[in-house]
Amino acid sequence: MHVVLVGTSHRRAPVELRELVAFGAKRSGEIAMRLAAGGEAVALSTCNRTELYLAAEDPDDARERALAELVSLSGLSASELEPSLYVMVDEAAALHLFRVAAGLDSMIRGEGQILGQVRSAYEAAQEADAAGPTLHRLFRHALRTGKRVRTETSVAENPASIALAAVELVERVFGELDGTRILLLGAGKMGEQTAIGLMARGARDVIVANRSPERAARLAKRFSARPVGLDRLEEELVAADVVVASTSAAGYVLTPEQVGRALRGRQGRPIFFVDIAVPRDIDPEVNRLDGCYLYDVDDLDRVVERGSDDRAVETARAEAIVAEEGDAFRAWRLSRDVVPAIASLRALAETIRRDELARAEARLGNLSESERRAVESMTTRIVEKLLHLPTVRLKEAAAAANGTADGVLYADAVRHLFGLREDEG
Amino acid sequence: MTEAALVLFWPAVVGYGEAALAYAGEAFRPGRTRRPAIWGVRIGWLAQTALLVAQAASADGFPWATWAGSLNLFVWMCVAAYLVWGCRSSFALLGLAVMPLALVLFVLAWAGGAGTVSPSELGSAFLVLHVGTVLAAFAGFTLAAGLAGLYLWQERRLKRREPGVLRFRVPSLVSLDRLTARTIGVALPLLSIGLAIGLARLVADGRAPDAVVVLGVVAWIVYGGYLAARVELGWRGRRTAWVALAGFALVLLLRLAVTPLVVHV
Repeated sequence: MHVVLVGTSHRRAPVELRELVAFGAKRSGEIAMRLAAGGEAVALSTCNRTELYLAAEDPDDARERALAELVSLSGLSASELEPSLYVMVDEAAALHLFRVAAGLDSMIRGEGQILGQVRSAYEAAQEADAAGPTLHRLFRHALRTGKRVRTETSVAENPASIALAAVELVERVFGELDGTRILLLGAGKMGEQTAIGLMARGARDVIVANRSPERAARLAKRFSARPVGLDRLEEELVAADVVVASTSAAGYVLTPEQVGRALRGRQGRPIFFVDIAVPRDIDPEVNRLDGCYLYDVDDLDRVVERGSDDRAVETARAEAIVAEEGDAFRAWRLSRDVVPAIASLRALAETIRRDELARAEARLGNLSESERRAVESMTTRIVEKLLHLPTVRLKEAAAAANGTADGVLYADAVRHLFGLREDEG
Repeated sequence: MTEAALVLFWPAVVGYGEAALAYAGEAFRPGRTRRPAIWGVRIGWLAQTALLVAQAASADGFPWATWAGSLNLFVWMCVAAYLVWGCRSSFALLGLAVMPLALVLFVLAWAGGAGTVSPSELGSAFLVLHVGTVLAAFAGFTLAAGLAGLYLWQERRLKRREPGVLRFRVPSLVSLDRLTARTIGVALPLLSIGLAIGLARLVADGRAPDAVVVLGVVAWIVYGGYLAARVELGWRGRRTAWVALAGFALVLLLRLAVTPLVVHV
């Protein structure tokens, strides 16, 4: 059984194309069922990727089916779509999925949302009866990889840009960003990026304040936000949780006095200020106020700089976990080559055990129920113990053969030695 | 019993000690020693549980009538409360506050005679209710103090805009603040019940309140004030964290300094 992945992501395709092949969680199971067609399939779709995982005896046929599905979803021709797709088989496909689950292939490295999305896609395939033993094992390894990377490394804690550092810091104050209100002050590029980052982590309520009402309205439309004039700034500060300032004003737009007055109505709730403007928009004295956290562009730059070394180390550790899980999956997959021979051998042993037991029973006369259970259990244990080591060795040999003919050679030797027929198992 | 207790004492010490060291390692290299730390807590706690069960089985009545015995139970409750949160990776640093303290108090309890079982001087039902509820409350306050300490540490780092502020995985300030309040919200009713039972007994016996009772009531007022300030005055964050730590200082004073010196029965 081969694992085949056909997909596209933010690394290969622009958002316009990704939108065409995206599908909601509800359709994931239906697509997986359609793709499985006697084999196995899981369909994963997030805002940054659409990936179809198939397990099939014929990898070329699986690739064609997956491509046809993507063509049908997008409405484009195969030739238009193919340059934006990647196709991976077996170990490459498995390692890719493990990196995806670990968040190593995400736009925001180490982000946690993807693990839940991988789990949902897998569960949808299970419900649709589209995932078999190979994809069960593959996705269980992927989910474990994702969990291990998050608990054993700090890969998500070292942002690579000023906007991401700001988002991380906001999360250190508020945790989940669902329900937090962002006040966007000005319309600078980096301010926008920070707002996008905050919205990607769950913030939904955005207010745009700008000196120019037209510019505020334009930006508000982009973020589905509410535009307000700068004259209502103090009023909005009472309800805002995060203030992202990036105006082109020459002096401070926010003073400690203004913030102090707003704090009175906040019932002790903290407020986080991100000042990305140069010259700065927010008076640094604001940071002295209780419950106020102010980071300017230099502060954020230092956080990014400090994290760069850690980021490299943690990424290497996360990649090592991915490789480890990849090896474990590979060993399992290769051991599957000898499974039919093992099953035949065990079936043969069980038949012999039952026959001999029946013969002995006739000779020994009537056994009581407890005696019968004892003999049954003893013979089962003998068979289990005799077959345990050969089973383990056979699987190990198949894994060590690394997919070469040697793996099948061991299985053939077992068949020959025990007189098993080729079609058995 | 002493030999059997010794057999269980050492695994508990080793478990707690290993956890304390591993949590210290966590401060230098985040993520590396988290698993061994959690396993140390689990193994130590299981050994201590077995120790308490063995003592209970062979005791003539309630086995924690002594100061050292009750300290032993207090440590067990603290670690149990920590285990509820400590298994989450983002709370790993809380272990750095809780586990060294648990280790020291456990060894102190042992040195004070917690390994031996003495017959109860009072009816066990009273002790179980009074001591049990007060100790459970104190365990809750200890955990709350750990959470408040973690809050103050992280808040200071955020305020100072330290470049390495993202290095450690720590729960958000809002979560820490909320959890501290919730833990105190659970522990305070337990302390109220424990104090009410103790005071009722005191009145029934016609005795005057001793220093333990007075300090217990002061601690109750401090924690009650904590909750009232949150609800009525909207206090949050640093101020309430300091109040939680002040309350814990009273708890420590009560457990370590006053109780051993006062004949509180």
